[in-house]
Amino acid sequence: MKEGKKTTVWETARSRGVSRRDFIRDCTIMAAMLGLPATSVGQIVKALETKPRLPVVWFHFQECTCCSESFIRSAHPLLSEIILDKISLDYTQTLQAAAGRQAEDALHQTMDKFKGEYLMLVEGAIPRNDDGVYCCIAGRSALDIVREAAAGAKAVIAWGSCASNGCIQAASPNPTGATPAYKIISGVPVVNVPGCPPIAEVMTGTVVHLLTFDRVPQLDGLRRPMAFYSRRVHDTCYRRPNYDAGLFVQTFDDENARHGFCLYKMGCRGPVTYNACSVTRWNEGVSYPIQSGHPCIGCSEPRFWDNGPFYRHLASVPGFGIETTADTVGAIAAAATAGGIAVHAIATNLRKRRVIRKEIETSDDPGPDAPSPKGDR
Amino acid sequence: MSPRIVIDPITRIEGHLRIELEVKDGRVTDAYSSGTMVRGLEVILKGRDPRDAWAFCERACGVCTTVHALASVRTVEDALGIQVPPNAELVRNLMFCAQYLQDHVVHFYHLHALDWVDVVSALKADPAQTCAIARSISSWPKSSPAYFAEVQKRLARFVDSGQLGIFANAYWGHPAFKLPPEVNLLATTHYLEALEWQKEIVKVHTVFGGKNPHPNYLVGGAACSINIDEVNAINIERLSLVKSLLDEAKAFVEQVYIPDLLAVAGFYKDWGAVGGGLTNYLSYGDLPMNGYSDPGQFKFPRGVVLDRDLGRVHEVDGRNPQQVQEFVTHSWYEYAGGDQAGIHPWEGETQFNYTGPKPPYEQLNVEGKYSWVKTPRWNGKPMEVGPLARLVVAYAAGRQDVKDVVDGTLKKLGVPVEALFSTLGRTAARGLETLLIAQWAEEIYGRLMTNIKNGDARTFSGEKWMPDTWPKEARGVGLTEAPRGALAHWIVIKDGKIANYQLVVPSTWNASPRDGQGQRSSYESALLGTPVADPEKPLEVLRTIHSFDPCLACAIHLYDPHGRTVGRLTTY
Repeated sequence: MKEGKKTTVWETARSRGVSRRDFIRDCTIMAAMLGLPATSVGQIVKALETKPRLPVVWFHFQECTCCSESFIRSAHPLLSEIILDKISLDYTQTLQAAAGRQAEDALHQTMDKFKGEYLMLVEGAIPRNDDGVYCCIAGRSALDIVREAAAGAKAVIAWGSCASNGCIQAASPNPTGATPAYKIISGVPVVNVPGCPPIAEVMTGTVVHLLTFDRVPQLDGLRRPMAFYSRRVHDTCYRRPNYDAGLFVQTFDDENARHGFCLYKMGCRGPVTYNACSVTRWNEGVSYPIQSGHPCIGCSEPRFWDNGPFYRHLASVPGFGIETTADTVGAIAAAATAGGIAVHAIATNLRKRRVIRKEIETSDDPGPDAPSPKGDR
Repeated sequence: MSPRIVIDPITRIEGHLRIELEVKDGRVTDAYSSGTMVRGLEVILKGRDPRDAWAFCERACGVCTTVHALASVRTVEDALGIQVPPNAELVRNLMFCAQYLQDHVVHFYHLHALDWVDVVSALKADPAQTCAIARSISSWPKSSPAYFAEVQKRLARFVDSGQLGIFANAYWGHPAFKLPPEVNLLATTHYLEALEWQKEIVKVHTVFGGKNPHPNYLVGGAACSINIDEVNAINIERLSLVKSLLDEAKAFVEQVYIPDLLAVAGFYKDWGAVGGGLTNYLSYGDLPMNGYSDPGQFKFPRGVVLDRDLGRVHEVDGRNPQQVQEFVTHSWYEYAGGDQAGIHPWEGETQFNYTGPKPPYEQLNVEGKYSWVKTPRWNGKPMEVGPLARLVVAYAAGRQDVKDVVDGTLKKLGVPVEALFSTLGRTAARGLETLLIAQWAEEIYGRLMTNIKNGDARTFSGEKWMPDTWPKEARGVGLTEAPRGALAHWIVIKDGKIANYQLVVPSTWNASPRDGQGQRSSYESALLGTPVADPEKPLEVLRTIHSFDPCLACAIHLYDPHGRTVGRLTTY
């Protein structure tokens, strides 16, 4: 590996023939994407002009690689721009050319040379049972690796529900003791970017946010960036007017489904799920689960696997209003089989209340019970 | 004996794979394949609603996303006797095709190409010559000297920055690299182009399943309703988007992937004699054109070919307790009836028995148990699964479209039919089936449009949706073909809940440790005799391993029934 001065993003762009004007335009688009006011464009320009590419190491533990797959789908910025121009992805089991010892050497070179400066990305949960034998890389346990790498990291991003809240391997009865990153790492800021997987541009947006402003984005009580997780899927859902009007799909592909009515009665978790799905949507805005006729399964919320069978609608009433912060609702959703309808029984105006109460009373409860949640929470 | 060469982590794959090798006189003399991560999906599935199983199973793998969901809904539908409407089958087929198109292209360019392509050498290329080569093999409109010069400049700047990122510390300059700089530049350019394109074809999943990775599936059909007079359903705008994505995919495969594959293969013909491995091939078949219950009408036929005998296809039956069995002699599990006998997945047992070294460790004890992957066998025989197995079975079954494309390619490359059974053959087979799928997708799309035009909008069969319509006990098996090979799920439903659920997946067949009789599985077998020019940089080993497109999260999905809850937590 050739040693040398690290180039800034502006230098790289200029060398690729990007004009100053286009560069500023790109910065403006980036600001808009991040939901930042136009006044912050100057800040982004300055950041990309002066910063060398950030060294980044990406770990894979107990996961299915859906987060990596989502990441490579990013449209703005494109993956090639990120890995060639914006960051230096020095370790990743998915894309790295080197394998075995050479890959491990690359990791340790970055950890030594950029101690305290590198960004650590974690995809996957970390098994804590039985000395961590359930996930080993290069003969070392994930537990060992994560502790060592986090100690020298500038910040940690926990990709997806696996690293943020344990996800599927932590679902009852959590056989391997799968644990999210923030419970193992201390002394370094951890940003959770949950979802199974998270939306591509939410992932790259979080990285670009860090890169641009050189600080961790504002987080909610579950350490999720407010930029992407401050709204319930339900509150921003284009089918919401159907909910308010009491127009529900009763079974898949019925007449109501063919008119795109609300999927609440089919088990939709939109009312208890904080994510950008109904705003940013998926794969460059093509659709999101509800738009394609399937209820939200709440994949960005802790313990969503144990939150009752997916097709049984939420009916219990924990009692929180629409103004409740993500922190509170997140905690409630995490604690038990949270209720969605209640949110609206309280929040929706009185005129609609009667319709909704009727729906609660008449809706049936088809599914058998799932195992009760237990594990590390 | 000198210590074994260890490659861990194997990168550019899905999951955690470790290979230990014995090398003598520049050749691999023995190999051990170990999966080093386990999560426990099967116990987590127990007691849950069978209609939810697809979502859990889909998380077996995010690289071959969708295929586990498909296997799962088929398994439950098989158990409950549900037949899905033709539109649902066609939608599933289109999602299947989109998955292959994305997955195989990404495998070739982003997971496998760096075993053959020296990115650093591309800096020495003459872009005008690269363009001449590109134009001689394809009419892809992007090819121009300026285009290749631009990519080269970008690459040079990247290398000059001193931060090589994903290309750091690799095997550049290794004597096993054979491509001239101009072809290296061509492939590197398309590496970047394919990266940009792959995010497009997955939008087929987004239209029908709402997102990718991990689009939604539904027991009984597809959740996306069709209504040509509604903005809020699958209408002509949505269908037209699918059509244009499929058209673009076909163009990319025909004009970029296949020409590049043949150009690169032309320089590595000697790899048509390396990495053959096993001689048995298994394919469950897929792409039903007349419903899942009629395997005779699948685009990929179902069957087994033994001893490379292309004259005979053996029948495969997922229900036969003698056919598919899993062994744990060398895997970190134990069976109640002893670790020597195999068990059919309906009776599947999954109990951890980790006997490996305590981490950190240098070497595994390969005399004993050495992997989290179980060892499946078909009638006691090891099987290779994957693109090569699918083409071999289809070829042996006399499928003309497959024969034409295989024979044509062998002729074009000037290699004998035996070259199929090799590292190169495996990589070529993946490309050839992608070409076929791009064509089949057009036909499937046409059928869907005809159905809709004829007034059939149904996408869901709801008669058996409610658990009170189910029998007290039911068993099902769902067979499919993941991009990496034969994939099957088995379910036992009791009182409306999952009593047992087992997955036997492609990389379980290919990546497994040897069985009790010492028979090696695909990886271990294919590595025998692989040349290793420099034991410090075993590039050649990666070629053969990557030719299988390993996917380890899928392969290991078992559990520890004694799993302890986590003790004291470090809160931050």
